[in-house]
Amino acid sequence: MAVLAPSAAGDRLFRSLCLAAVLAMMAVLGGLIGSLLWGGWPALAHFGPGFFTSSTWDPVAGQFGAAGPVAGTLLTAFLALLLALPVALGTAVFLAEICPQAIARWLAIAVELLAGIPSIVYGMWGLFVLAPWFARHVQVPLMAAATPGSWLERMVTGVPNGANICTASLILAVMVLPYIAAILRELLLSVPPAMREAAYGLGCTRSEVVLRIMLPYVRNSAIGAVMLGLGRALGETMAVTFIIGNSHNFPRSLFGAGSTISSTIANEFNEATGDMHVSALIALGLVLFAITFVTIAAARLLLGRDGGPK
Amino acid sequence: MCASLAVALGGCADRRADSVIGAGATFPAPVYGGWAQAYHDATGIAVNYQPIGSGGGIRQITAGTVDFGATDKPLSAATLAKLDLSQFPLLIGGIVPIINVRGIGAGQIRLTGDVLAAIYLGQITRWTDPAIQRLNPALVLPDLPITVVHRADGSGTTFVFTSYLARKSAAWATTVGAGDAVNWKAGLGGKGNDGVAAFVKQTNGAIGYVEFTYASKSHLAYALVQNASGAFVAPDIAAFAAAAAAAPWGKVPGNAIVLVDQPDPAAWPISAATFILMKRRPDNPARSATVLRFFDWAFRTGDATAIRLSYVPLPSAVKDLIRHQWASEIASTPRPVAKAR
Repeated sequence: MAVLAPSAAGDRLFRSLCLAAVLAMMAVLGGLIGSLLWGGWPALAHFGPGFFTSSTWDPVAGQFGAAGPVAGTLLTAFLALLLALPVALGTAVFLAEICPQAIARWLAIAVELLAGIPSIVYGMWGLFVLAPWFARHVQVPLMAAATPGSWLERMVTGVPNGANICTASLILAVMVLPYIAAILRELLLSVPPAMREAAYGLGCTRSEVVLRIMLPYVRNSAIGAVMLGLGRALGETMAVTFIIGNSHNFPRSLFGAGSTISSTIANEFNEATGDMHVSALIALGLVLFAITFVTIAAARLLLGRDGGPK
Repeated sequence: MCASLAVALGGCADRRADSVIGAGATFPAPVYGGWAQAYHDATGIAVNYQPIGSGGGIRQITAGTVDFGATDKPLSAATLAKLDLSQFPLLIGGIVPIINVRGIGAGQIRLTGDVLAAIYLGQITRWTDPAIQRLNPALVLPDLPITVVHRADGSGTTFVFTSYLARKSAAWATTVGAGDAVNWKAGLGGKGNDGVAAFVKQTNGAIGYVEFTYASKSHLAYALVQNASGAFVAPDIAAFAAAAAAAPWGKVPGNAIVLVDQPDPAAWPISAATFILMKRRPDNPARSATVLRFFDWAFRTGDATAIRLSYVPLPSAVKDLIRHQWASEIASTPRPVAKAR
């Protein structure tokens, strides 16, 4: 094929093609928001603010309150982040700064491989391997050790089979870890060598260089990376559905059964026959959309502020 | 090919109908799949069945994007009339309570509907409860808390199980009721039959409910349940068939029969039929006729497949009733099919 000579017509075509692509994206997004609003409106209008404050989810009586799934979603996502962040940070620092680069490349591929495992596999592994192990070696000893009536006892009560909010958070943590670690590593590698070398030249130790020079340099972008991980944790469905215990009650114990927005939709949408049931599930989708939007918008804002990786 | 396009485009001008499409309940999907394979080998006609759930099946047949829908939860006669649909049963199955209590084997523990309801309401919380002891005077039950496991996903299995509990316990009927998904008062939810079986297997002292196929597959102990005539029966194909034979098919408008608690002394009390929905006046009569020919073929030759997969074929008297129903209700019924063989 001959190379086309640069021409005004070709450039116009190129520009309009790109414009069409972005317009198509926006149309999809707009259509999605529109149909979520349209489908969820009957439930939102009928239950009003009660939709967010009540945790009664009774498809037979047509009573729907989303407090349980919403709280479960936020709780598991933030717990997952809390568990994943230190490990991700350690991994990223090790790969970027401590480990010889020849090995680091292979280790980085291994970390990214974790991100490529389908979520259903995490779910099955969680249900058949992690949950029984967790019950036997963490939950039962903790339940036995807790003083009856104490704060700790309330936090760890639950069915001792490992299907609970804590295990779901643990699985989520494993799932978001590679994302955060990979982005953090890239960010750390983007720190100008001159800065690092200057710091070492001044006699800084390795931990001082990482903690005082490199991390502050990429701080805002790093927060953005964490928020992207949070966005993934918020929307994760299959793995959580298998392991969270699927109870619509408001979560009161870390080791109790709970539910998330996406697990509730995945569980009930297929067989939802009542109009209000379908509408309540779509409204849940809208709520998740709003939560994710806020997270991603915050991430973009922070990523943009220091210009991202330089 | 044409059938899959038909879904995408919402209509297909094909009149030959060498492939038809159905969607709905997941419970009978293995049998429909097995039948479709054998039918394709025998006739070259492809029947595509998509197990998307009963709710989806009802929505799709109403919208006219499939040739038949399938549901575990029968629609009421009024709804059928409103949507202009014909409803008939195609297969029988059973739902079985499974337990994991150390030292108690399959069929050793006896339960009643009332006690099951109290367990699932969270009123009976230990295996040593006098209500359970009274039913099982010979058993030494461990002093364990009962862990209740139910389905997390909306399911026809749950509909049948809760219908049974609502029938046997006034407290259940008023506080929970019957449905594909209900407001559970106790326990935790597993995803699918596999999820419920896994949780029961992993928890000492757990009770759950699964379809018969999964009860035998999971190697968990099942419970004997008291039926309407007072007998404690074991869940097996003969007991499901007894329930199916005892039901008043053809006498209830729209065949809206939930098979639980049938009076026959051999009947398993938590039996269930799974239903097919078809348009009374189909948009494409040729495709509808092909579907009915397939069902007729399945009635004649498909029983062995169903039994092999632990499902129960309909009694032949019921099959004849359904053939008559096709002739009287569905406009496109092919003549040889309409005549009872």
